[in-house]
Amino acid sequence: MKKVYATAAEALEGLLADGMTMAAGGFGLCGIPELLIDALVKSGVKDITIASNNCGVDGFGLGQLLDTRQIKKMISSYVGENAEFMRQYLSGELELEFNPQGTLAERMRAGGAGIPGFYTKTGVGTVIAEGKEHKDFNGETYILETGLVMDLAIVKAWKADTSGNLVFRKTARNFNAPAATCGRVCVAEVEEIVPVGSLDPDCIHLPGIYVHRIIAGKHEKRIEQRTVREG
Amino acid sequence: MAWDRNQLAARAAQELKDGMYVNLGIGIPTLVANYIPKGVSVTLQSENGMLGIGPFPTEDQVDADLINAGKQTISELPHSAYFDSAQSFAMIRGGKIAMAILGAMEVSEKGDLANWMIPGKLVKGMGGAMDLVAGVKRVVVVMDHANKHGVSKVLHECTLPLTGRAVVDRIITNLGVLDVVPGGLKIVELADGVSEAELRAATEATLVN
Repeated sequence: MKKVYATAAEALEGLLADGMTMAAGGFGLCGIPELLIDALVKSGVKDITIASNNCGVDGFGLGQLLDTRQIKKMISSYVGENAEFMRQYLSGELELEFNPQGTLAERMRAGGAGIPGFYTKTGVGTVIAEGKEHKDFNGETYILETGLVMDLAIVKAWKADTSGNLVFRKTARNFNAPAATCGRVCVAEVEEIVPVGSLDPDCIHLPGIYVHRIIAGKHEKRIEQRTVREG
Repeated sequence: MAWDRNQLAARAAQELKDGMYVNLGIGIPTLVANYIPKGVSVTLQSENGMLGIGPFPTEDQVDADLINAGKQTISELPHSAYFDSAQSFAMIRGGKIAMAILGAMEVSEKGDLANWMIPGKLVKGMGGAMDLVAGVKRVVVVMDHANKHGVSKVLHECTLPLTGRAVVDRIITNLGVLDVVPGGLKIVELADGVSEAELRAATEATLVN
């Protein structure tokens, strides 16, 4: 089966529907699937629910889908970099489910691993725990969180081979691996697609079984906080 | 007189012990890395997926794929390792991280911590803070003792939504160091030029001996 597509728009063909759910990789603007997000904007798909740690920044990354009002609901841990996000949320235009960052990552991992729920200490005694099942193990209280399975996962990696095996680079790996696993379909964008056999099988970060479609392209890779020291 | 931002970070750095794996939060806690005592070697964890955070890069080393949890560009060290977010929080939740040093909007005498939102006003999100306070072995809070109107942020009960309940072990403020003990907070140390009376007057929480 051919996994390599020419463009982001082609790679998303037949996968989009209004009201659908998605998981997106990235932390801040690091390792976000820029090309696929641009294609989502152009597609006009709307009422999307997106599980993503952040929602880009104003006018870039997932923030673009806020500007076009294509997002119905976000499942996120941190939205502090995005004024439009906060405005839409506080005015009631956007639904927001806050998940602690580790809970969000584990919900993706669990969903992809066929685990419908798990108990965690994170959030016990806070608003996050309200309405959730509590259970004691060895004298400590935990809450039940559910695994996430989404219609589509969009992720960014450094390299892919044509069979979909992925290699990430530095801290751009972040949510991309767990997000990829929790999609019924996963589309990955990379900087370079290489022939099978050119990646060391011992150094694959995410096996191609999780990845259904791949595109390669040029990434802007915008930096949020450029901090340097004197050389 | 009291500790300034950098003195606060320097005092917090005294909490670091050789060999520790530590997570530093955003803001003053990040500055702690500049004051790691001589002879103490610690490995800093960044919850976006890295162990072994290096210093800020030089201009020609800047790499968009290499940032810390505050989204600042950083560099790597010879012992650095990268991993995904699920793995990162597995080591946090699993109790593998010895200490977290983080900021606070409010703390209570029971060790409750609030640092993620002000209802109707400021909605940033908890990021990884709830996971960190629930999972790491020791939680040290670094904060100003009072807000800009002079109202104590060291309280009987937090008024803001909590990040965690009974999770804080030690509080380091511009006025001194307090430990969370049964019945309230215990003064461990006074900041330079701060009297015990001043610290007591600035603290709403119950202080015990």
